[in-house]
Amino acid sequence: MAVPVAAVPSTGAEPDRQSFKPDLERIEIELLLEGIFRHYGFDFRAYAYASIRRRLWKRIEEEGLSSVSALQERVLHDPEMMEKLLLDLSINVTSMFRDPGFYQTFREHVVPLLRTYPFIRLWHAGCSTGEEVYSMAILLREEGLYDRSRIYATDINEVVLQRAKAGIFPLERMQEYTDNYMRAGGKRSFSEYYTAKYGGALFDQSLTKNVVFSQHNLVTDRSFSEFNVILCRNVLIYFDKTLQSKVHGLFYDSLAMFGVLGLGSKETLRFMAHEECYQQIAPPEKIFRKVR
Amino acid sequence: MPYSVVGIGTSWGGLAAMRKLLSDLPADFSLPVVVVQHRGKDSDQLLTELLQDATDLTVCEVEDKDPLMPGRVHVAPANYHILIEAGHLSLTIEEPVRFSRPSIDVMLSSAADTYGKGAIGVVLTGANEDGARGLADIVKLGGRALVQDPRTAEIPIMPDAAVKAVPSAEVLPLEALAPRLVALSHEREKAGARRAV
Repeated sequence: MAVPVAAVPSTGAEPDRQSFKPDLERIEIELLLEGIFRHYGFDFRAYAYASIRRRLWKRIEEEGLSSVSALQERVLHDPEMMEKLLLDLSINVTSMFRDPGFYQTFREHVVPLLRTYPFIRLWHAGCSTGEEVYSMAILLREEGLYDRSRIYATDINEVVLQRAKAGIFPLERMQEYTDNYMRAGGKRSFSEYYTAKYGGALFDQSLTKNVVFSQHNLVTDRSFSEFNVILCRNVLIYFDKTLQSKVHGLFYDSLAMFGVLGLGSKETLRFMAHEECYQQIAPPEKIFRKVR
Repeated sequence: MPYSVVGIGTSWGGLAAMRKLLSDLPADFSLPVVVVQHRGKDSDQLLTELLQDATDLTVCEVEDKDPLMPGRVHVAPANYHILIEAGHLSLTIEEPVRFSRPSIDVMLSSAADTYGKGAIGVVLTGANEDGARGLADIVKLGGRALVQDPRTAEIPIMPDAAVKAVPSAEVLPLEALAPRLVALSHEREKAGARRAV
Protein backbone atom coordinates (compact mmCIF):
# COMPACT_ATOMS: atom_id res chain seq x y z
CA MET A 1 0.00 0.00 0.00
CA ALA A 2 2.72 2.43 0.96
CA VAL A 3 4.08 3.18 -2.47
CA PRO A 4 5.81 6.42 -3.36
CA VAL A 5 3.47 8.56 -5.42
CA ALA A 6 5.78 8.87 -8.38
CA ALA A 7 6.01 5.09 -8.63
CA VAL A 8 2.29 4.73 -9.36
CA PRO A 9 1.85 5.54 -13.02
CA SER A 10 -1.92 5.94 -13.13
CA THR A 11 -2.39 8.25 -10.14
CA GLY A 12 -1.67 11.42 -12.03
CA ALA A 13 1.39 12.00 -9.86
CA GLU A 14 3.39 13.36 -12.74
CA PRO A 15 3.14 17.14 -12.90
CA ASP A 16 0.26 18.18 -15.10
CA ARG A 17 1.79 20.08 -17.94
CA GLN A 18 -1.20 21.45 -19.77
CA SER A 19 -2.16 24.63 -17.97
CA PHE A 20 1.34 26.16 -17.94
CA LYS A 21 4.64 25.54 -19.62
CA PRO A 22 6.98 23.94 -17.14
CA ASP A 23 8.50 21.88 -19.94
CA LEU A 24 9.63 24.97 -21.77
CA GLU A 25 10.86 26.59 -18.58
CA ARG A 26 12.73 23.44 -17.68
CA ILE A 27 14.50 23.56 -21.04
CA GLU A 28 15.44 27.19 -20.39
CA ILE A 29 16.75 26.37 -16.92
CA GLU A 30 18.73 23.38 -18.14
CA LEU A 31 20.26 25.48 -20.92
CA LEU A 32 21.20 28.22 -18.47
CA LEU A 33 22.81 25.78 -16.03
CA GLU A 34 24.63 24.02 -18.87
CA GLY A 35 25.91 27.41 -20.10
CA ILE A 36 27.09 28.39 -16.62
CA PHE A 37 28.89 25.07 -16.26
CA ARG A 38 30.63 25.27 -19.62
CA HIS A 39 31.54 28.93 -19.41
CA TYR A 40 32.27 29.40 -15.70
CA GLY A 41 32.80 25.84 -14.45
CA PHE A 42 30.16 26.02 -11.68
CA ASP A 43 27.99 22.94 -11.87
CA PHE A 44 24.42 23.48 -10.68
CA ARG A 45 22.94 20.96 -13.11
CA ALA A 46 22.04 18.42 -10.45
CA TYR A 47 20.64 20.81 -7.85
CA ALA A 48 17.15 20.21 -6.48
CA TYR A 49 14.91 21.68 -9.14
CA ALA A 50 12.18 23.50 -7.21
CA SER A 51 14.70 25.27 -5.09
CA ILE A 52 17.01 26.36 -7.89
CA ARG A 53 14.03 27.50 -9.95
CA ARG A 54 12.84 29.63 -7.06
CA ARG A 55 16.21 31.29 -6.64
CA LEU A 56 16.67 31.91 -10.36
CA TRP A 57 13.32 33.68 -10.42
CA LYS A 58 14.33 35.83 -7.47
CA ARG A 59 17.30 37.09 -9.51
CA ILE A 60 15.19 37.44 -12.70
CA GLU A 61 12.69 39.62 -10.86
CA GLU A 62 15.35 41.70 -9.14
CA GLU A 63 16.96 42.46 -12.50
CA GLY A 64 13.60 43.44 -13.99
CA LEU A 65 13.78 40.61 -16.52
CA SER A 66 10.92 38.37 -17.55
CA SER A 67 12.33 34.98 -18.48
CA VAL A 68 15.09 32.51 -17.70
CA SER A 69 16.40 32.98 -21.24
CA ALA A 70 16.79 36.71 -20.62
CA LEU A 71 18.83 35.94 -17.51
CA GLN A 72 20.96 33.53 -19.52
CA GLU A 73 21.86 36.26 -21.97
CA ARG A 74 22.99 38.51 -19.11
CA VAL A 75 24.84 35.88 -17.12
CA LEU A 76 26.87 34.51 -20.00
CA HIS A 77 28.06 37.93 -21.12
CA ASP A 78 28.59 39.57 -17.74
CA PRO A 79 30.83 37.94 -15.11
CA GLU A 80 29.50 40.36 -12.49
CA MET A 81 26.01 39.00 -13.02
CA MET A 82 27.44 35.52 -12.56
CA GLU A 83 28.91 36.57 -9.23
CA LYS A 84 25.54 37.88 -8.09
CA LEU A 85 23.86 34.70 -9.20
CA LEU A 86 26.47 32.59 -7.46
CA LEU A 87 25.55 34.27 -4.19
CA ASP A 88 21.86 33.65 -4.92
CA LEU A 89 22.40 30.01 -5.74
CA SER A 90 24.58 29.13 -2.80
CA ILE A 91 22.36 29.51 0.24
CA ASN A 92 24.35 31.31 2.86
CA VAL A 93 21.93 31.17 5.73
CA THR A 94 23.67 29.84 8.82
CA SER A 95 24.12 30.52 12.50
CA MET A 96 26.44 29.71 15.37
CA PHE A 97 25.63 26.48 17.20
CA ARG A 98 22.67 25.93 14.87
CA ASP A 99 20.65 23.04 16.36
CA PRO A 100 22.30 23.07 19.81
CA GLY A 101 21.39 19.42 20.31
CA PHE A 102 23.84 18.50 17.58
CA TYR A 103 26.75 20.12 19.41
CA GLN A 104 25.63 18.74 22.75
CA THR A 105 25.62 15.25 21.27
CA PHE A 106 28.95 15.86 19.56
CA ARG A 107 30.46 16.77 22.93
CA GLU A 108 29.04 13.73 24.65
CA HIS A 109 29.55 11.07 22.02
CA VAL A 110 32.20 12.18 19.54
CA VAL A 111 34.68 14.05 21.72
CA PRO A 112 35.53 10.89 23.72
CA LEU A 113 36.37 9.14 20.44
CA LEU A 114 38.50 12.05 19.30
CA ARG A 115 40.45 12.06 22.56
CA THR A 116 42.00 8.76 21.50
CA TYR A 117 43.62 10.37 18.44
CA PRO A 118 46.99 12.14 18.58
CA PHE A 119 45.94 14.42 15.76
CA ILE A 120 42.45 15.26 14.50
CA ARG A 121 41.57 16.33 10.99
CA LEU A 122 38.15 17.83 10.41
CA TRP A 123 36.57 18.87 7.13
CA HIS A 124 33.76 21.38 7.23
CA ALA A 125 32.26 21.06 3.75
CA GLY A 126 30.10 23.95 2.59
CA CYS A 127 31.07 26.18 5.52
CA SER A 128 29.47 29.33 4.07
CA THR A 129 30.30 32.42 6.17
CA GLY A 130 31.92 30.29 8.86
CA GLU A 131 29.55 30.50 11.84
CA GLU A 132 29.61 26.75 12.34
CA VAL A 133 33.40 26.60 11.91
CA TYR A 134 33.86 29.03 14.80
CA SER A 135 31.30 27.04 16.79
CA MET A 136 33.27 23.84 16.32
CA ALA A 137 36.57 25.60 17.09
CA ILE A 138 35.10 26.85 20.38
CA LEU A 139 33.82 23.39 21.25
CA LEU A 140 37.18 21.77 20.51
CA ARG A 141 39.03 24.38 22.54
CA GLU A 142 36.75 23.90 25.54
CA GLU A 143 37.29 20.16 25.33
CA GLY A 144 41.07 20.63 25.20
CA LEU A 145 41.34 19.22 21.69
CA TYR A 146 41.85 22.32 19.61
CA ASP A 147 45.65 22.37 19.67
CA ARG A 148 45.83 18.97 18.06
CA SER A 149 43.09 19.65 15.55
CA ARG A 150 43.13 21.05 12.07
CA ILE A 151 39.87 22.19 10.47
CA TYR A 152 39.65 22.39 6.68
CA ALA A 153 36.76 24.74 5.98
CA THR A 154 35.66 24.78 2.36
CA ASP A 155 32.99 26.40 0.26
CA ILE A 156 32.29 26.82 -3.43
CA ASN A 157 32.10 30.57 -2.98
CA GLU A 158 35.20 32.74 -2.47
CA VAL A 159 33.15 35.73 -1.27
CA VAL A 160 31.70 33.88 1.72
CA LEU A 161 35.10 32.36 2.54
CA GLN A 162 36.54 35.86 2.85
CA ARG A 163 33.80 36.71 5.31
CA ALA A 164 34.44 33.48 7.20
CA LYS A 165 38.13 34.37 7.50
CA ALA A 166 37.30 37.85 8.82
CA GLY A 167 35.24 36.33 11.64
CA ILE A 168 32.96 39.32 12.09
CA PHE A 169 29.36 38.42 12.69
CA PRO A 170 26.30 40.63 13.29
CA LEU A 171 26.12 41.92 16.86
CA GLU A 172 22.34 41.70 16.82
CA ARG A 173 22.54 37.92 16.59
CA MET A 174 24.75 37.48 19.66
CA GLN A 175 21.79 37.03 21.98
CA GLU A 176 20.50 34.14 19.88
CA TYR A 177 23.99 32.64 19.58
CA THR A 178 24.60 32.95 23.30
CA ASP A 179 21.39 31.07 23.92
CA ASN A 180 22.39 28.39 21.38
CA TYR A 181 25.87 28.16 22.90
CA MET A 182 24.53 27.53 26.37
CA ARG A 183 22.09 24.90 25.16
CA ALA A 184 24.94 23.28 23.20
CA GLY A 185 26.73 22.63 26.49
CA GLY A 186 29.01 25.68 26.41
CA LYS A 187 31.37 25.82 29.38
CA ARG A 188 32.23 29.49 29.61
CA SER A 189 30.67 32.86 29.00
CA PHE A 190 30.03 33.22 25.26
CA SER A 191 31.00 36.90 25.32
CA GLU A 192 34.60 35.88 26.10
CA TYR A 193 34.95 34.81 22.49
CA TYR A 194 34.24 38.13 20.80
CA THR A 195 34.67 41.87 21.07
CA ALA A 196 32.42 44.50 19.60
CA LYS A 197 34.43 45.99 16.76
CA TYR A 198 34.05 47.13 13.13
CA GLY A 199 30.30 47.38 13.65
CA GLY A 200 30.03 43.70 14.50
CA ALA A 201 31.20 40.97 16.83
CA LEU A 202 34.84 40.24 16.02
CA PHE A 203 35.69 36.70 17.07
CA ASP A 204 38.91 35.74 18.82
CA GLN A 205 41.38 35.28 15.97
CA SER A 206 43.18 32.48 17.78
CA LEU A 207 40.10 30.37 17.02
CA THR A 208 41.19 30.21 13.38
CA LYS A 209 44.85 29.45 14.14
CA ASN A 210 44.29 25.85 13.06
CA VAL A 211 41.69 26.51 10.40
CA VAL A 212 42.47 26.39 6.69
CA PHE A 213 39.84 28.14 4.57
CA SER A 214 39.83 27.16 0.93
CA GLN A 215 37.64 26.97 -2.11
CA HIS A 216 36.34 23.50 -2.92
CA ASN A 217 33.46 22.44 -5.10
CA LEU A 218 31.66 19.35 -3.82
CA VAL A 219 30.18 18.72 -7.25
CA THR A 220 33.30 18.80 -9.38
CA ASP A 221 36.33 18.53 -7.07
CA ARG A 222 37.84 15.39 -5.62
CA SER A 223 38.78 14.34 -2.16
CA PHE A 224 41.89 16.15 -0.94
CA SER A 225 42.80 14.28 2.23
CA GLU A 226 41.66 11.78 4.82
CA PHE A 227 39.63 13.03 7.76
CA ASN A 228 38.46 11.92 11.19
CA VAL A 229 35.39 14.14 11.07
CA ILE A 230 33.37 15.52 8.16
CA LEU A 231 30.66 18.07 8.84
CA CYS A 232 28.28 18.95 6.05
CA ARG A 233 25.04 20.27 7.47
CA ASN A 234 22.18 21.55 5.34
CA VAL A 235 24.28 21.66 2.20
CA LEU A 236 23.24 18.45 0.45
CA ILE A 237 19.55 19.36 0.77
CA TYR A 238 20.08 21.60 -2.27
CA PHE A 239 21.20 18.66 -4.40
CA ASP A 240 19.08 16.06 -6.14
CA LYS A 241 19.33 12.48 -4.94
CA THR A 242 21.79 11.38 -7.59
CA LEU A 243 24.20 14.15 -6.70
CA GLN A 244 23.66 13.56 -2.98
CA SER A 245 24.69 9.97 -3.52
CA LYS A 246 27.78 10.99 -5.45
CA VAL A 247 28.87 13.43 -2.72
CA HIS A 248 28.30 10.76 -0.09
CA GLY A 249 30.72 8.66 -2.10
CA LEU A 250 33.24 11.48 -1.84
CA PHE A 251 32.70 11.74 1.92
CA TYR A 252 33.03 8.00 2.35
CA ASP A 253 36.32 7.99 0.46
CA SER A 254 37.56 10.95 2.51
CA LEU A 255 36.73 9.51 5.94
CA ALA A 256 39.14 7.36 7.91
CA MET A 257 37.69 4.11 9.26
CA PHE A 258 35.57 4.94 12.36
CA GLY A 259 35.52 8.55 11.22
CA VAL A 260 32.44 10.64 11.97
CA LEU A 261 30.00 12.23 9.52
CA GLY A 262 27.71 15.02 10.79
CA LEU A 263 24.63 15.99 8.75
CA GLY A 264 21.78 18.46 9.20
CA SER A 265 18.93 17.49 11.50
CA LYS A 266 16.52 16.66 8.65
CA GLU A 267 19.04 14.95 6.41
CA THR A 268 19.37 11.22 6.08
CA LEU A 269 21.50 8.48 4.57
CA ARG A 270 18.40 6.51 3.63
CA PHE A 271 18.47 5.18 0.07
CA MET A 272 22.12 6.21 -0.30
CA ALA A 273 24.57 3.60 -1.59
CA HIS A 274 26.71 4.05 1.54
CA GLU A 275 23.89 3.82 4.08
CA GLU A 276 25.07 0.41 5.25
CA CYS A 277 28.60 1.67 5.86
CA TYR A 278 27.57 3.91 8.76
CA GLN A 279 26.10 3.60 12.24
CA GLN A 280 24.08 6.44 13.72
CA ILE A 281 25.83 7.24 17.00
CA ALA A 282 23.08 8.88 19.06
CA PRO A 283 19.70 9.25 17.38
CA PRO A 284 17.92 11.50 16.65
CA GLU A 285 21.03 13.62 15.97
CA LYS A 286 22.39 12.94 12.52
CA ILE A 287 25.88 11.92 13.57
CA PHE A 288 27.17 8.78 11.87
CA ARG A 289 30.27 6.65 12.28
CA LYS A 290 31.91 4.89 9.38
CA VAL A 291 32.04 1.23 10.37
CA ARG A 292 32.86 -0.54 7.13
CA MET B 1 -9.59 16.57 -13.27
CA PRO B 2 -6.90 14.46 -11.59
CA TYR B 3 -5.39 15.72 -8.36
CA SER B 4 -1.95 14.75 -7.11
CA VAL B 5 -1.29 16.57 -3.86
CA VAL B 6 -3.00 18.55 -1.09
CA GLY B 7 -1.07 21.40 0.59
CA ILE B 8 -2.51 22.75 3.84
CA GLY B 9 -1.31 25.88 5.62
CA THR B 10 -2.24 27.21 9.02
CA SER B 11 -0.95 29.27 11.88
CA TRP B 12 -2.63 30.54 15.06
CA GLY B 13 -5.37 28.12 16.07
CA GLY B 14 -4.06 25.64 13.55
CA LEU B 15 -3.50 22.70 15.84
CA ALA B 16 -7.17 22.24 16.70
CA ALA B 17 -8.24 22.94 13.14
CA MET B 18 -5.71 20.51 11.66
CA ARG B 19 -6.69 17.80 14.14
CA LYS B 20 -10.35 18.24 13.23
CA LEU B 21 -9.65 18.18 9.50
CA LEU B 22 -7.37 15.15 9.66
CA SER B 23 -9.74 13.23 11.93
CA ASP B 24 -12.43 13.71 9.29
CA LEU B 25 -10.31 12.17 6.52
CA PRO B 26 -10.88 8.45 5.96
CA ALA B 27 -8.03 5.97 6.44
CA ASP B 28 -8.06 5.25 2.70
CA PHE B 29 -7.67 8.88 1.64
CA SER B 30 -5.64 8.59 -1.53
CA LEU B 31 -3.72 11.85 -1.89
CA PRO B 32 -0.50 12.90 -0.19
CA VAL B 33 -1.10 15.76 2.27
CA VAL B 34 1.62 18.32 2.99
CA VAL B 35 1.13 20.44 6.11
CA VAL B 36 2.83 23.71 7.00
CA GLN B 37 1.94 24.85 10.47
CA HIS B 38 3.76 27.90 11.83
CA ARG B 39 5.61 27.15 15.05
CA GLY B 40 8.67 28.04 17.08
CA LYS B 41 12.01 27.31 15.44
CA ASP B 42 13.07 24.91 18.17
CA SER B 43 9.84 23.00 18.48
CA ASP B 44 10.16 19.25 18.33
CA GLN B 45 8.11 16.26 17.23
CA LEU B 46 5.21 17.16 19.51
CA LEU B 47 3.14 18.62 16.68
CA THR B 48 3.51 15.45 14.65
CA GLU B 49 2.48 13.35 17.65
CA LEU B 50 -0.57 15.47 18.36
CA LEU B 51 -1.68 15.25 14.75
CA GLN B 52 -1.04 11.51 14.67
CA ASP B 53 -3.30 11.08 17.71
CA ALA B 54 -6.16 12.60 15.75
CA THR B 55 -6.05 10.50 12.58
CA ASP B 56 -5.82 7.03 11.10
CA LEU B 57 -3.55 8.35 8.36
CA THR B 58 0.19 8.09 8.92
CA VAL B 59 1.70 11.41 10.01
CA CYS B 60 5.44 12.03 9.53
CA GLU B 61 7.74 14.96 10.05
CA VAL B 62 9.50 15.47 6.74
CA GLU B 63 13.14 14.65 6.11
CA ASP B 64 14.88 15.87 2.98
CA LYS B 65 13.83 14.05 -0.24
CA ASP B 66 11.10 12.01 1.44
CA PRO B 67 8.88 10.50 -1.27
CA LEU B 68 5.30 11.82 -1.42
CA MET B 69 3.04 8.96 -0.38
CA PRO B 70 -0.68 8.52 -0.99
CA GLY B 71 -2.65 9.07 2.20
CA ARG B 72 0.39 10.18 4.13
CA VAL B 73 0.45 13.43 6.10
CA HIS B 74 3.85 15.06 5.60
CA VAL B 75 4.49 17.74 8.25
CA ALA B 76 7.06 20.48 7.58
CA PRO B 77 9.78 20.48 10.26
CA ALA B 78 10.40 23.60 12.33
CA ASN B 79 12.83 26.13 10.85
CA TYR B 80 12.93 24.70 7.29
CA HIS B 81 11.01 25.66 4.17
CA ILE B 82 9.44 22.75 2.37
CA LEU B 83 9.27 22.45 -1.41
CA ILE B 84 7.02 20.04 -3.27
CA GLU B 85 8.92 18.44 -6.15
CA ALA B 86 7.80 15.77 -8.61
CA GLY B 87 7.13 12.79 -6.36
CA HIS B 88 9.14 13.97 -3.37
CA LEU B 89 9.81 16.79 -0.91
CA SER B 90 12.90 18.98 -0.53
CA LEU B 91 13.86 21.13 2.43
CA THR B 92 15.70 24.45 2.38
CA ILE B 93 16.93 26.90 5.00
CA GLU B 94 16.61 29.98 2.82
CA GLU B 95 15.61 33.17 4.62
CA PRO B 96 12.18 33.31 6.24
CA VAL B 97 9.52 34.60 3.85
CA ARG B 98 7.35 37.26 5.45
CA PHE B 99 8.78 36.28 8.84
CA SER B 100 7.91 32.61 8.40
CA ARG B 101 10.02 29.49 8.01
CA PRO B 102 8.40 27.19 7.08
CA SER B 103 6.41 29.47 4.81
CA ILE B 104 2.98 28.43 3.57
CA ASP B 105 3.43 30.57 0.44
CA VAL B 106 6.65 28.75 -0.47
CA MET B 107 5.04 25.33 -0.05
CA LEU B 108 1.86 26.15 -1.96
CA SER B 109 3.72 27.91 -4.80
CA SER B 110 5.97 24.89 -5.24
CA ALA B 111 2.88 22.65 -5.38
CA ALA B 112 1.54 24.88 -8.17
CA ASP B 113 4.84 24.93 -10.07
CA THR B 114 5.26 21.19 -9.87
CA TYR B 115 1.73 19.84 -10.18
CA GLY B 116 -0.16 22.67 -11.92
CA LYS B 117 -3.85 21.84 -11.96
CA GLY B 118 -3.13 18.68 -9.98
CA ALA B 119 -2.54 20.79 -6.86
CA ILE B 120 -5.09 21.51 -4.14
CA GLY B 121 -4.29 24.28 -1.65
CA VAL B 122 -6.07 24.74 1.67
CA VAL B 123 -5.70 27.73 4.01
CA LEU B 124 -6.99 27.52 7.59
CA THR B 125 -7.06 29.75 10.65
CA GLY B 126 -4.15 32.10 11.35
CA ALA B 127 -3.12 35.55 12.50
CA ASN B 128 -1.05 36.63 9.50
CA GLU B 129 -1.38 36.65 5.72
CA ASP B 130 0.92 33.79 4.81
CA GLY B 131 -0.64 31.41 2.30
CA ALA B 132 -2.57 33.98 0.24
CA ARG B 133 0.09 34.32 -2.47
CA GLY B 134 0.76 30.61 -2.67
CA LEU B 135 -2.94 29.90 -3.00
CA ALA B 136 -3.15 32.50 -5.78
CA ASP B 137 -0.31 30.72 -7.59
CA ILE B 138 -2.19 27.43 -7.34
CA VAL B 139 -5.31 28.91 -8.90
CA LYS B 140 -3.30 30.77 -11.55
CA LEU B 141 -1.85 27.46 -12.72
CA GLY B 142 -5.21 25.70 -12.79
CA GLY B 143 -5.27 24.05 -9.35
CA ARG B 144 -7.98 24.13 -6.71
CA ALA B 145 -8.24 26.47 -3.69
CA LEU B 146 -10.15 25.77 -0.48
CA VAL B 147 -10.34 28.20 2.43
CA GLN B 148 -11.74 27.71 5.90
CA ASP B 149 -14.74 30.03 6.31
CA PRO B 150 -13.24 32.92 8.30
CA ARG B 151 -16.35 32.95 10.48
CA THR B 152 -15.50 29.43 11.69
CA ALA B 153 -11.79 30.19 12.14
CA GLU B 154 -10.24 30.78 15.54
CA ILE B 155 -8.40 33.75 13.97
CA PRO B 156 -9.89 34.92 10.66
CA ILE B 157 -6.95 37.01 9.38
CA MET B 158 -5.28 34.29 7.34
CA PRO B 159 -8.40 32.87 5.65
CA ASP B 160 -9.65 36.45 5.06
CA ALA B 161 -6.41 37.31 3.25
CA ALA B 162 -6.63 34.10 1.23
CA VAL B 163 -10.20 34.82 0.12
CA LYS B 164 -9.24 38.35 -0.80
CA ALA B 165 -6.29 37.13 -2.91
CA VAL B 166 -8.29 34.27 -4.42
CA PRO B 167 -11.93 35.33 -4.86
CA SER B 168 -12.68 32.07 -6.70
CA ALA B 169 -11.63 29.93 -3.72
CA GLU B 170 -14.26 27.63 -2.22
CA VAL B 171 -15.02 28.93 1.25
CA LEU B 172 -16.20 26.16 3.56
CA PRO B 173 -16.75 25.68 7.28
CA LEU B 174 -14.06 23.58 8.94
CA GLU B 175 -16.19 20.44 9.12
CA ALA B 176 -16.93 20.57 5.37
CA LEU B 177 -13.29 20.68 4.26
CA ALA B 178 -12.42 17.01 4.67
CA PRO B 179 -15.55 15.75 2.83
CA ARG B 180 -14.73 18.17 0.02
CA LEU B 181 -11.15 16.86 -0.19
CA VAL B 182 -12.47 13.31 -0.31
CA ALA B 183 -14.84 14.24 -3.15
CA LEU B 184 -11.99 15.90 -5.05
CA SER B 185 -9.76 12.87 -4.57
CA HIS B 186 -12.51 10.71 -6.11
CA GLU B 187 -12.65 13.01 -9.11
CA ARG B 188 -9.04 12.12 -9.54
CA GLU B 189 -9.82 8.41 -9.48
CA LYS B 190 -12.62 8.77 -12.01
CA ALA B 191 -10.31 10.67 -14.29
CA GLY B 192 -7.67 8.01 -13.79
CA ALA B 193 -10.19 5.30 -14.66
CA ARG B 194 -11.16 7.16 -17.82
CA ARG B 195 -7.56 7.39 -18.87
CA ALA B 196 -7.08 3.69 -18.36
CA VAL B 197 -9.91 2.85 -20.81
